Amino acid sequence: MQDIIDKVSELSEQNLYSCYQCGKCSGGCPSVSEMDLLPNQVIRLLQLGMPDDASNANTMWICASCFTCTVRCPKGVDIAKVMEALRQISLRKNVDYVEVREISAKEISILPQIALVSNFRKQTA
Amino acid sequence: MKLSYYPGCTLKTNAKNFEDSAIAVLKTLGVELVELPRWNCCGTVYSLASDDLIHKLAPIRNLIRVKEQGEDRLVTLCAMCYNTLKRANIFVKKDKESRDKMNDLMDREKINYEGDVKVFHILELLRDEIGFDEIGKKVKRKFNGFKVAPYYGCLLLRPEEAGIDDMENPTLLENLFNSLGVETVDFPYKNECCGAYQTVNKVDLVVQRTYTIINYAKKLGADMVVTSCPLCEFNLDRRQEEVKKKFPDFEGLPVLYFTQIMGLAFGLDKKSLRFDLNYINPEPLLKDKKLL
Repeated sequence: MQDIIDKVSELSEQNLYSCYQCGKCSGGCPSVSEMDLLPNQVIRLLQLGMPDDASNANTMWICASCFTCTVRCPKGVDIAKVMEALRQISLRKNVDYVEVREISAKEISILPQIALVSNFRKQTA
Repeated sequence: MKLSYYPGCTLKTNAKNFEDSAIAVLKTLGVELVELPRWNCCGTVYSLASDDLIHKLAPIRNLIRVKEQGEDRLVTLCAMCYNTLKRANIFVKKDKESRDKMNDLMDREKINYEGDVKVFHILELLRDEIGFDEIGKKVKRKFNGFKVAPYYGCLLLRPEEAGIDDMENPTLLENLFNSLGVETVDFPYKNECCGAYQTVNKVDLVVQRTYTIINYAKKLGADMVVTSCPLCEFNLDRRQEEVKKKFPDFEGLPVLYFTQIMGLAFGLDKKSLRFDLNYINPEPLLKDKKLL
């Protein structure tokens, strides 16, 4: 378990123990209504040595890296980078989160390239 | 003034109305955009993982192209390209070890890149170099009884190193519109995320966001929402079709690029503003307001 937490710290370059659970990240996040766990709860689980519980939640996949949490954290923790580290750890097992084949031809025809490229960059292995 | 310009993929397709209107507006202001030769995809998102150098090569290759032109500045229109190019450049400038590694990986490039190209956004050009007073002098058409809700999205403001204005309460677009004689509403959702790329596999999330943002703009009395990012434009404009299916009472609003509003104010030919590419047709409203 400690290995995964060290990997999150390494990939995100953030000290997870800086977080004192004020909840500003979750207060500002526009996507919390869709999340299984709030961003500060994900950090708390990592602090407590429970990375599986943190990554089994959909939180990291709902996060779209809008950086609201990052710029508001009073302790300077870049939470968007922590979410990215969790996504990367999952994707690097060569498992896609998005099934590209399931996107309909109609959607492919209307979506702008920046939507497709950024989606696949963030959610496919 | 001539400036090296990086379009990016979407400015050539879905957001051609943004590119065409920006070129026309800048021409009126005496600026010529010179498209960067051999530009490649910027990657659309800046790589956040510390060990991911390879995805930072694409944006940096574009900056090498700028140097090859003998230029030291690059202007962008797309907020995603802006953020990715700007942050990759800051990274290379700050981190010598990674910079050396990246230059080694790009050993066929003739230029060793040192982080010395200035990446900036068209809104910075309008504010800092042309100035709102000059912009105001070009106004030919009066907007009466017309209000817009300015929408910045995320990537022009955050994170701090890439921000072009105050992160929490930006006023750049408001100041621009005021110089054009266009009224703005005080829009609390102006810097909140539209859902971005979740529009590919979580349409419901974006539908909810678009409903909240557009509905509130309407409640405040705005006639339209005006944005700068092509992905925000798609989510706020095109996704209104799905919003209407989920919320039958939803009335919707047209969504335009700020350059299209500038073009209207300058009295430019409708052809260069390409309203045909806006999903919710703004023309009936513009005719009603005597702007077309």
